[in-house]
Amino acid sequence: MKLNIEGLLVYFPYDYIYPEQYSYMLELKRTLDAKGHGVLEMPSGTGKTISLLSLIVAYQSAFPLEVTKLIYCSRTVPEIEKVVEELRKLMEYYAKETGERNNFLALALSSRKNLCIHPEVSALRFGKEVDGKCHSLTASYIRSQRHTDPNLPLCSFYEEFDAVGRQVPLPAGIYNLDDLKDFGKRKGWCPYYLARYSILHANIVVYSYHYLLDPKIADLVSKELAKNSVVVFDEAHNIDNVCIDSMSVNITRRTLDRCQNNVDTLQNTIHNIKESDAAKLKEEYRRLVEGLKEANVARETDVYLANPVLPDEILREAVPGSIRTAEHFVGFLKRFLEYLKSRLRVQHVVQESAPQFLKDIFEKVCIDRKPLRFCAERLQSLLRTLEIADIADFSAVTLISNFATLVSTYSQGFTIIIEPFEDRTPTIANPVLHFSCMDPSIAIKPVFQRFQSVVITSGTLSPLDIYPRILDFRPVTMASFTMTLARTCLCPLIVGRGNDQVTLSSKFETREDIAVIRNYGNLLLEMSAIVPDGIVAFFTSYIYMENIVASWYEQGILENIQRNKLIFIETPDAAETSMALEKYQQACENGRGAILLSVARGKVSEGIDFVHHFGRAVIMFGVPYVYTQSRILKARLEYLRDQFQIRENDFLTFDAMRHAAQCVGRALRGKTDYGLMVFADKRYARADKRGKLPRWIQEHISDGSLNLTIDETVQLSKHFLRQMAQPFRQEDQLGLSLLTLEQLESEEMLKKITQIAHQT
Amino acid sequence: MASLSEEVLLVVKKVRQKKQDGTLYLMAERIAWGPEGKDRFTVSHLYADIRCQKISPDGKAKVQLQLVLHTGENITFHFANESTAVKDRDAAKELLQQLLPKFKKKANKELEEKNRMLQEDPVLFQLYKDLVVSQVISAEEFWANRLGGVNNTDQALYNNNKQEVGISGAFLADIRPQTDGCNGLRYNLTADIIESIFRTYPAVKQKYCENVPHNLTEKEFWTRFFQSHYFHRDRLNTGTQDIFSECAKQDEKGLKSMVIQGVKNPLLNLLALDDNTLDEGYGVCSPQPSTSVANRTVKESSNSAIIKRFNHHSAMVLAAGSRKGETLNDQGSETSSTDGNSRDSDCFHPPVKKAKLQEATEYDDLQGENRPKTVPLNLKKSDRYAHGPVPLQSHQYTTSQDIINSVNYIHHEMSNYKPNLTQVMSSTAASSAIAALSPGGILMQGGAPQAIHQMIPTDIQGELKHLYVAAGELLRHYWSCFPVNTPFLEEKVIKMKSNLERFQMTKLRPFQEKIQRQYLSTNLTGHLEEMLQAAYNKFHAWQTRRMMRKT
Repeated sequence: MKLNIEGLLVYFPYDYIYPEQYSYMLELKRTLDAKGHGVLEMPSGTGKTISLLSLIVAYQSAFPLEVTKLIYCSRTVPEIEKVVEELRKLMEYYAKETGERNNFLALALSSRKNLCIHPEVSALRFGKEVDGKCHSLTASYIRSQRHTDPNLPLCSFYEEFDAVGRQVPLPAGIYNLDDLKDFGKRKGWCPYYLARYSILHANIVVYSYHYLLDPKIADLVSKELAKNSVVVFDEAHNIDNVCIDSMSVNITRRTLDRCQNNVDTLQNTIHNIKESDAAKLKEEYRRLVEGLKEANVARETDVYLANPVLPDEILREAVPGSIRTAEHFVGFLKRFLEYLKSRLRVQHVVQESAPQFLKDIFEKVCIDRKPLRFCAERLQSLLRTLEIADIADFSAVTLISNFATLVSTYSQGFTIIIEPFEDRTPTIANPVLHFSCMDPSIAIKPVFQRFQSVVITSGTLSPLDIYPRILDFRPVTMASFTMTLARTCLCPLIVGRGNDQVTLSSKFETREDIAVIRNYGNLLLEMSAIVPDGIVAFFTSYIYMENIVASWYEQGILENIQRNKLIFIETPDAAETSMALEKYQQACENGRGAILLSVARGKVSEGIDFVHHFGRAVIMFGVPYVYTQSRILKARLEYLRDQFQIRENDFLTFDAMRHAAQCVGRALRGKTDYGLMVFADKRYARADKRGKLPRWIQEHISDGSLNLTIDETVQLSKHFLRQMAQPFRQEDQLGLSLLTLEQLESEEMLKKITQIAHQT
Repeated sequence: MASLSEEVLLVVKKVRQKKQDGTLYLMAERIAWGPEGKDRFTVSHLYADIRCQKISPDGKAKVQLQLVLHTGENITFHFANESTAVKDRDAAKELLQQLLPKFKKKANKELEEKNRMLQEDPVLFQLYKDLVVSQVISAEEFWANRLGGVNNTDQALYNNNKQEVGISGAFLADIRPQTDGCNGLRYNLTADIIESIFRTYPAVKQKYCENVPHNLTEKEFWTRFFQSHYFHRDRLNTGTQDIFSECAKQDEKGLKSMVIQGVKNPLLNLLALDDNTLDEGYGVCSPQPSTSVANRTVKESSNSAIIKRFNHHSAMVLAAGSRKGETLNDQGSETSSTDGNSRDSDCFHPPVKKAKLQEATEYDDLQGENRPKTVPLNLKKSDRYAHGPVPLQSHQYTTSQDIINSVNYIHHEMSNYKPNLTQVMSSTAASSAIAALSPGGILMQGGAPQAIHQMIPTDIQGELKHLYVAAGELLRHYWSCFPVNTPFLEEKVIKMKSNLERFQMTKLRPFQEKIQRQYLSTNLTGHLEEMLQAAYNKFHAWQTRRMMRKT
């Protein structure tokens, strides 16, 4: 249908529309009009992606000069591919309606592992291996060496792309990862480099968060993306953790040992080169004196996405003299390494700030702040000069140099924690230096600054106001949308006690309580008898799940559950879990029914959807609080309190509830779907917890279902499931939660729609 | 003697049955026993009729073998040959053990089907009680007609692919150990459970084939099985002397190969989920504690062993259920994945992946009605489809033109209708007639329907209903014999008639007497008797005609 969103003609590739989709598009358009940022929460399964794409594509067609590019960031590879498929649907609709193909170019970009078509390289299993191997075939100096020695191996795909690929732009169309591979195979071009090159002129780019948030990668890939792009972070409820992860560094003794090897190799290589090709080193020296001026020019003309690791002042200066020659620099690295080694020899936990660390390093080994800041740049330059093929081997020394640059650049927002052993095993020495970022806004700041509109969206972003605070930006729109429903297809229940009135809770004091564990088991057992097909149960942590499963086994509860359904359990091994997942779906598919025991914050809870019969009920055992005894977390909480005035408990609860909401939201993927959401912990009933659930879940929790016993839960569930099992047709939805164009345009409906968006 | 032509598999002499010495014969399809010195069997049962066999415990003085039939009857054989009693018994037991399951399937299937029908249909159940339990007709006669439909449709299916019965997920839980009172545990194993174990854990079956009976007796084997860590799933340190330690290893291997094989649905592959660009050493999370296996406590690793076992068990149960159909496919994919690098199998992925992605991005309720793409029925003559062939009867045949004409004619008549007012009844006469015909009027006093409702107690009503149903059933059987054109039907008709008479005698008469005793005036059974009479009349008519034809 063709929609009129405040004067903008939007093609929507379906005959019907959900009211909240219309409302979502309205808000989105306002955000784009204002050239500002937005935070939008819309329930999963209400067609968020297609609304977003429809509107932005329409906007791009209408105002091609104002919005040149859509950068759509998602979290997982399947998500990325799904987005591209939806986009394909939209474009097909455009072609059908307008009768001509528009010249949109949209493509997905992923790591080499997912795009490589080189027969040998792509056979490697791990991303890092693929990257390293690829680099060893395609690095510029390797290729220049080949001029003298043609026997060296080469990647024909890259050569072909390099020779002709750049002249002809990728023809307009929609390219998913597989399409890129097909195209690459047909032309004999490397799909990865083709995609990386093509994102510069593509209208829509879909890739993972890291390409924009991780400075190490953003610098390579996304540096030159146009300023007037719209950036969308989908599934963004975890975006702060992604930011923090990309800026944090852990150094173990193993890292240092490997680093030592790297430095030795560097030294030997320099020694050799000096004898054979001294001119090369001289040339490098000259370049370093010139400084990073070029980059500076580029940044000033606003061509590049700023790299937070590389602050402006670095660009203006030349590399300091003390590390300009290769030998000096290696000596410098050695000293730094020795210093770190000495720091890891501590017997007790040390926590200090970056300035303290700098002061100490200056006192002990006379390393100044300034050369430290240039460490990362200097190392890159050296590696280039020395023509080292396999960069992957030098990951340790790269890590150390990145750490040096970060620690000397930021005096705030980071903390250094040195732990001589793990808390659980105090007898085994395993020293780790955590350099951890506490301020997610550091990594995302360049994105907000550079791009005109950044939209953060997800099914679970409640409470909305916390994201602008921790990411430090000022949104022009913030809205949470409810789910209009013709039938209440979700049933959140809070189970507070067992049939014997024992309070159910995963809190620390009752964690080992056999009565609680038994009652949890009874809950699962009872549910397994009444819920059809699949049940997914989430535990607060892996260790907790292991313990509970073991005691359920001893008590014979699992055996009884097995009478009703098969049991599959998530393990720390991803491959094993994948297998369990597939078998789980198979068991749901063939009617046997199954239970999946899984962990909140685990891979399953973050990336796998349990649509329809794959998840008729989700049981959340306990409140998934993060492990609060970790020093890193404590430091972060402190920082949040001091900098953003967010109380520790507020943040912890917020964090726990967003994960709980993620878990239970997995089961409900659309209006024709239905699912039970069982919160098995008394604490969920409290207003401070309940209030942090997304609005679309919250509004279905009735006061009567706040502190149920297991029996009551079973009764309510039975009732719910029976109702839901009745046939549900399109006619039932029409006019309420599903609209035709005429219905949408009626005065009354438009008034209703304005209430869907809940501004904060 | 017919039995002589059968193959005799085992003959055991000196077997007592009901305190009479005799000989036990195990034949291809039945078990029989004849008293000594006589050449006929007093006991003879098809294997299909036997539900199970039981043997007397080892310590007992009498060495006995008991057969339990599906009907609930028991037959006990006492092996009386002093020296070889146990051996004889065991030989018979072993052979029966092999033979029974072969016949069991079929018997069970039919029995189950009958049972199901009876349970689902209370009317049928009542009928069964009325007719079969009270021995009006035999069970076979009863089912002959009923199951006909079921059997015929089933037979076809039954022959080419009978549906595999899956395995209960909790079959190991069903083996509840019971204390036997003297410091021991007793496990109850049935053939079903053993089969479940074998199907789920092929490794155990292999062990069984290897060791039983050369190294271990069956009993010893299972004893060891239950003692081993293999059965107790929190096993950790599998001792080397344990014959099942190898099974554990094999399982582990199986699990590993399953894991390596990977998943077919790309959306579920957690390994490929992340666009993993965070290098080692970056990120907040400290290195996983699980990497250092050495410092894990015993409890922790036993916990994780349990988890692994559960995943494996569930996967095996699932696989056992669907093994038959999929072995071929699996083999295909296995070879393709083992012979080369895993990327090779990528070539097969895209269609699956594409379909899965399509599925994941589809909003079926947003799409228009055209979504279920049905094939339009292409009919040349739609009335033929709607009505089916109708026998052409010349005088009844009307063309559509005729119908239209007659409708027009009626229209015409209606529009031209003029009431003939001179010949109508007077209004008083009309109203009195209406009064007489209204409830309570003179003409309506006789059989007011609700009067019977109220007059007759509900139990009699219920009984009457049952009688009606039973009579209906019998009559259905009876009438279905006509026209009588085969000797078989002739025989049946006579039998059915006698059935009807028996029904009248044993069921209807007592009921009539009961009614009379309760002084219920109304003739409740009149219609039933009429129906029976009609049947008898028909029978007589048929018989006289037959006589006439014969003479």
